[in-house]
Amino acid sequence: MDGEELTQQETELYDRQIRVWGVDAQRRLSKANVLVCGMTGTVAEFCKNIVLAGVGSVTLVDDGVVTEEALSANFLIPPDESVYKGRTLAELCCDSLKEFNSMVRVSVEKGDISSFRVDFFSKFDVVVISSCSLATKKLINEKCRRLLRRVAFYIVDCRDSCGEIFVDLQSYKYTKKKVDEAVEFELKYPSFEEAITTPWRKLPRKTAKLYFAMRVIEKFEEAEGRNPAETSLLDLPGVLKKRKELCEAESLNESQIPDSLLERLVVGTQEFPPVCAVIGGILGQEVIKVISGKGDPLKNFFFFDAFDGKGIIEDISNPDAAS
Amino acid sequence: MASPPQLSAIKDARVLMVGAGGIGCELLKTLALSGFRDIHIIDMDTIEVSNLNRQFLFRQKHVGQSKAKVARDAVLRFRPNISITPYHANVKDPDFNVDFFKQFNVVLNGLDNLDARRHVNRLCLAADVPLVESGTTGFLGQVTIHLKGKTECYECQPKPAPKSYPVCTITSTPSKFVHCIVWAKDLLFAKLFGDKAQDNDLNVRSGNASTSDHTDDVFERRTDEDIEEYGRRIYDHVFGYNIEVALSNEETWKNRNRPRPIYSKDVLPERPINQNGNMDGASATDNPSSVSAMASLGMKNPQEIWSLMENSKIFLEALKLFFGKRDKEIGNLSFDKDDQLAVEFVTSAANIRASSFGIPLHSLFESKGMAGNIVHAVATTNAIIAGLIVIEAIKVLQKDAKNYRMTYCLEHPSKKMLLMPVEPYEPNKSCYVCSETPLTLEINTHQSTLRDFVDKIVKAKLGMNLPLIMHGSALLYEVGDDLEEDMVANYAANLEKVMSELPSPVTSGTLLTVEDLQQELTCNINVKHRDEFDEEKEPDGMVLSGWTQAPAVEKKDENHVGNGVGTSKNMPTNAEQVEMNEDLEIVPADVEIPAEKKRKLSEISNNDGLGTSRGAAETNSHSKVEELDDDDDVVFICDGDSDTIKRKKLH
Repeated sequence: MDGEELTQQETELYDRQIRVWGVDAQRRLSKANVLVCGMTGTVAEFCKNIVLAGVGSVTLVDDGVVTEEALSANFLIPPDESVYKGRTLAELCCDSLKEFNSMVRVSVEKGDISSFRVDFFSKFDVVVISSCSLATKKLINEKCRRLLRRVAFYIVDCRDSCGEIFVDLQSYKYTKKKVDEAVEFELKYPSFEEAITTPWRKLPRKTAKLYFAMRVIEKFEEAEGRNPAETSLLDLPGVLKKRKELCEAESLNESQIPDSLLERLVVGTQEFPPVCAVIGGILGQEVIKVISGKGDPLKNFFFFDAFDGKGIIEDISNPDAAS
Repeated sequence: MASPPQLSAIKDARVLMVGAGGIGCELLKTLALSGFRDIHIIDMDTIEVSNLNRQFLFRQKHVGQSKAKVARDAVLRFRPNISITPYHANVKDPDFNVDFFKQFNVVLNGLDNLDARRHVNRLCLAADVPLVESGTTGFLGQVTIHLKGKTECYECQPKPAPKSYPVCTITSTPSKFVHCIVWAKDLLFAKLFGDKAQDNDLNVRSGNASTSDHTDDVFERRTDEDIEEYGRRIYDHVFGYNIEVALSNEETWKNRNRPRPIYSKDVLPERPINQNGNMDGASATDNPSSVSAMASLGMKNPQEIWSLMENSKIFLEALKLFFGKRDKEIGNLSFDKDDQLAVEFVTSAANIRASSFGIPLHSLFESKGMAGNIVHAVATTNAIIAGLIVIEAIKVLQKDAKNYRMTYCLEHPSKKMLLMPVEPYEPNKSCYVCSETPLTLEINTHQSTLRDFVDKIVKAKLGMNLPLIMHGSALLYEVGDDLEEDMVANYAANLEKVMSELPSPVTSGTLLTVEDLQQELTCNINVKHRDEFDEEKEPDGMVLSGWTQAPAVEKKDENHVGNGVGTSKNMPTNAEQVEMNEDLEIVPADVEIPAEKKRKLSEISNNDGLGTSRGAAETNSHSKVEELDDDDDVVFICDGDSDTIKRKKLH
């Protein structure tokens, strides 16, 4: 492979998708390196999608071991103790992903992502994290932002029948064909910290309720020193108190964050496989768009709730912040 | 995680999946993960290499094996304790009858063609089993829900017809590359390598169709004729002589560009291939399926557009390889998009013809897409749609009727939404499938035979699989395995008779009953005699009304629907062709649509190639789709023409 032309093997394997996004995009995909942290069911779906699509490499980070919960929505882990014993989630997923497409390099990086140095992230074009604490989300996002080369950064989480995606592309330029001419577009993205510190009263009235609810849960988990998704029904009073506190500080009517929604998120900490498929699919599509430079990327949050079936894009950025 | 009531509904459910392809693989995985424990899956296909980029349950080593069976084994690896029953069979097989369907709580479709979708719809109606239907094209997809008597059935809205082209456009006056492809595939390829007994319009030239008989044997290879000579003779005949003859008809070219006859000697030096060609390339392998003219000529890139000379070399080389390496198959070959040599032949023939007519040439990759009606497909959309199917299936199992939704997966957001749920519509009261609306057939009862009626109406339009036709109590025709010999002979004789001369004559005013016992569908048809039909507008020579088919017009919109390539005459539209999506020649490999153009539902569904549901229908009945911004919910106001079908929301 000379890196310029697709091989016959690639052309044959990727025939149907090349008909969607073209040869150039396929070529760019095959050179992209993706880092993934937190092997949840949603991330497993995402990995499957980009490995099938034919990215250059995927590096997995998750030293966790197999639990009932890890098995519940992740089809990359064989539920056979003799296979998974003594191995990490990243290693197990790596083995399964390799089988999907021999042209993609899949590997494992051991360690705690929050301790990885800035230059570690420079090897990647895309970084996706899941199941991380609020502090870790901010930290990794900042590290990616300190690099000279732009790294596309994503956070993805699913709870109960809900899913959330956050996107930070920093400054993203792309061209689109408009009638005859190619028009250049530029999008400016806030960091995760900038986005979530946008005063709530400045957000449109119809902003997805899920956005606020996820922030309440996030703050609650941080204040209580919990790991992500380490909540139960017993925490509901505490979560409702956190909501009151935040809503008062942000001058938002508490009814914007319904009890029933918070209850679902507190209780249903496990992923719901159909939602993993939907969120993992949307995230896969976004990453493919950004690598290939084709199509309008999502800015900057995506929400899906199987309850009402809507998949909504929200632009959460402070209109007053200089960008 | 599913809630406890959801879990118990899931645990006890028996579900039928139809299709183990792009959507099917994703669906089976998501069902298994979600806790479904009794899944049956039907798929007649075997695995191909081009499936592997998205049908993630399959591996290279599975190529050639049953999709349903391999999918089952793959899913059992991560969910070993559930029951998955695979059927490597056609869903239209008589075994899958109404009783078979009745054992399921819900049926989930992940199909790729209209024909099978219609069939499953009818069985679900007859068995009164809810159906969740789906389809994807590129980044677009949709999930719809169909419950007998409560929501629209799959056929309540007309489906876009496969696109067909007037015969003379194909045979004499092509103006687009796709016309050349149809000519190369359905006429030339079929003539040279297919069943000789089949009718073929290859020699029909505008104005003198009747004089074509004597040219028939031109295509036969003469005894001891050198293959190179034979190839050049065919070349000169179809690209040279036939064009000269067509040119002699001045009338045709008054308002058109005149084509240029092309003879092999003008393009290629005498006998070039034997000397220059790499003879070993062709014989490197004896496996007939890997024979390739490109390989034998040392050409590699399927994305490249070949020159006229290169196309001519490929044409002659491919012909030679067919006769040299695959001679046993000649006479019963039909075009297959996965047959490399066939694609090479068709690409080169279409390009040479395109050169003649001043039409831009295309690469093998593009030609293959057009000739094979290849659907754009990516893994992500299939995964999303599969997730949405399972969400809807769980609602059905819980009988959560007020929350049923049809969901569209969009490429560009509409009202901030990428996934847009819409309430299902009420059944269409004039649907001949789920309501018993009589149909009217205008036909020339003195000219059209019973066979014409069976082929063009009963099979093509009504989509029946095992039909039975009655006039009062007299049986005119039926299909089945257990018929008496004398009846079979009787029906065979009836097929050739004109309608008015049948044992029980069909004339103006006759009421025919057409039934499909497998689908449990009965249609009553009022017959009206009519003498004349417009050849171009009514090519069937008969018109069925009450039955609504979306207009198969060529739209100017770039988002095409229903590109079933094939001319109507002598080229029955096969099921594969209906699965089509955008017109590949108009929407290039890149389906991007300018973002400033806000896409409304009508456009979205217009772009949904599979014709899976609304397709052109939406454009008709929602010619003006408005969105009312009343707080949260999206409401579509139906403001179509007065004669289009109004659809009511369920709630």
